[in-house]
Amino acid sequence: MKQDIILSGVGGQGILSIATVIGEAATAAGINLKQAEVHGMSQRGGDVQSNLRLSDSEIYSDLIPSGKADMIIAMEPMEALRYLPMLAKGGMIITSSTPLVNIPDYPSFEALQAELDAQPNVYKADVETLAKEAGNPKGANMILLGMAASHLGILTADQLRDALGRIFARKGEAVVESNRKCFDLGLKLTE
Amino acid sequence: MKEKRLLLGDEAIALGAINAGLSGVYAYPGTPSTEITEFIQTDPAALEKGIRSRWCTNEKTAMEAALGMSYAGKRALVCMKHVGMNVCADAFVNSAITGTNGGLVVLAADDPSMHSSQNEQDSRFYASFAMVPVFEPSTQQEAYDMVAEAFDLSERYATPVVLRVVTRLAHSRAGVEVGEVRAQNALNPSADRGWVLLPAIARRQYAKLIDKQPALLEDSCNSRFNKLEIDPQAGLGIIACGIAYNYVREALASSGLKASVLKVSRYPLPEKQIRELAAASSRILVIEDGQPVVESKIHELLGAGAPIEGRLTGALPRTGELTPDNVALALGCEAPQLNAQAQNLAARPPQLCPGCGHRDVYAALNKVLEEYPDARVFGDIGCYTLGALPPFKTLASCVDMGASITMAKGAADSGLFPAVAVIGDSTFTHSGMTGLLDAVNDNANITVVISDNLTTAMTGGQDSAGTNKFEAICKGLGVEPEHIRVVVPIPANMPQITEIIREEINYKGVSVIIPRRECMQTLRRHQASRK
Repeated sequence: MKQDIILSGVGGQGILSIATVIGEAATAAGINLKQAEVHGMSQRGGDVQSNLRLSDSEIYSDLIPSGKADMIIAMEPMEALRYLPMLAKGGMIITSSTPLVNIPDYPSFEALQAELDAQPNVYKADVETLAKEAGNPKGANMILLGMAASHLGILTADQLRDALGRIFARKGEAVVESNRKCFDLGLKLTE
Repeated sequence: MKEKRLLLGDEAIALGAINAGLSGVYAYPGTPSTEITEFIQTDPAALEKGIRSRWCTNEKTAMEAALGMSYAGKRALVCMKHVGMNVCADAFVNSAITGTNGGLVVLAADDPSMHSSQNEQDSRFYASFAMVPVFEPSTQQEAYDMVAEAFDLSERYATPVVLRVVTRLAHSRAGVEVGEVRAQNALNPSADRGWVLLPAIARRQYAKLIDKQPALLEDSCNSRFNKLEIDPQAGLGIIACGIAYNYVREALASSGLKASVLKVSRYPLPEKQIRELAAASSRILVIEDGQPVVESKIHELLGAGAPIEGRLTGALPRTGELTPDNVALALGCEAPQLNAQAQNLAARPPQLCPGCGHRDVYAALNKVLEEYPDARVFGDIGCYTLGALPPFKTLASCVDMGASITMAKGAADSGLFPAVAVIGDSTFTHSGMTGLLDAVNDNANITVVISDNLTTAMTGGQDSAGTNKFEAICKGLGVEPEHIRVVVPIPANMPQITEIIREEINYKGVSVIIPRRECMQTLRRHQASRK
């Protein structure tokens, strides 16, 4: 079994925290993982992505071949659409629906949402508003992880929830709990 | 069972070095090499052992200090991005002539596709030129394992050893099994006269370096990191270097294609295995990330007319990094049907952070320079290079570390006015100070803006060597004290800043303006840690 994931967003949105939790869960479960990140210049408000590969057999390439990704997890809707050619036919998109507009030529919101809705297998939610309502504005990425959790196949939602606890443990029990709450909120949205 | 940790390639190298008895790491931050030194700076075991790890002013000072540690008998690691090899080239090439005492590993992180760089030069050329061995890992585990072997090899042959990685290995995470921990070397300064490279001694040392080559070649041919797998049914022979090997295995596994494969992760090139591969294959495809180093070299080895393909023949793109896609295509795999690119897309280039002081510097410069249509602003390397892009479009150049000041000087020497240089604080101490001295000695008519955000921001906020010293440095280099002007770049100070820029442009000579305000990224971190 394998799961190839494109994580995408805008520099500073916290896509690498999602990767950290999945990585912790995979390591604890003895599942192979490779995860290529982008550091440096593009982190300054530019588009960022990470290739995350999980498999129970050996993983060769650090990068996912085009057309082979099983899932896109995106913190921003246009950044989800950017990687359509990476996604396998019928692959899943899990994305925030909230546009982040920091460029002058951002496309029309309506056209963007329509194109996203036209994809075969999409879950989207206004994770930023949901996170604020849940009292944890920084937890939007954990809501998104929760939305993906029951669809990864190779890892269970319980394994991810436990990993989340270990990752946030050094920040105290309150931080763990508020992030778990966000995760469970996301889980319910797509179950 | 051995401990398994999830590590970036860079972190695997750092941990490999710590566990191999490292006594000091010397480095200037540079993507994609920065995380190696950062790991050593914060790793509890490294701190307990007292491993020396503070940032250096530039790659040359780093290389020389590492060589000094090697002279004293201890193991030293020097880390840099590929272009750092240019900065330290004098010390690096001559370290092969002096030879080493304690193990010396030179980590060069190449950046094919220029994710965060100005060129895609290949550090294997430097190693070949200096006649030193190279390790080129294909996995994070190999990166970890190779560091210890590289130190051993360095001590066995008294030569520096290059460890070459590329961005996709440096910045990719995978599980790494952690091995044994070796103690540091005892202090044991060399008593060899070979360190004194007077011509008579240098000639002897150079001959010694050449004499080492056959043994280094044999060592490489016997290395477990160079692996030949012959498929007697296959006509195609592949030479896959470093991470190219991963893309080859990915393509062969998913397509079922047959090929003989030579994995190359140690240099000098394993000539014996290359000849064996050539004898078993009807054609050879060389797949290497970076420049066509091996492809050029094996023509010498196999003779003119050998059926060799690669980047030079167009089998692979001449520029840019390897990907699983372009490697699969070169192997003749069928391209999969892809989803069409989305219609509603716009490029999202990197930009200066909201509230960044560099923004106020460019706003002020643009305002004043409207009055001087002939003005040119020479830029430098850092976050502020983004001032070349909209909305500011202020910069006319960005070439190499420190070039803003010296290019402005050369342009001013030619009669260009006003000639303005914009350089960051860390770049100024890295390579700007000597150029400023040239400008002062020539009384060049330039205005230098040292945009000081108190950190090395582009690479993630490392300490900057000159913090709190810039006025003193400029004064010491001979800039007139009344033409060293410090301002705080915030919108409210715009009238004052523009007036100062105007005054200093009109001063006929060298002036330095220092806009000083903390980087927004480090400010946020400092505030969070105070809470």
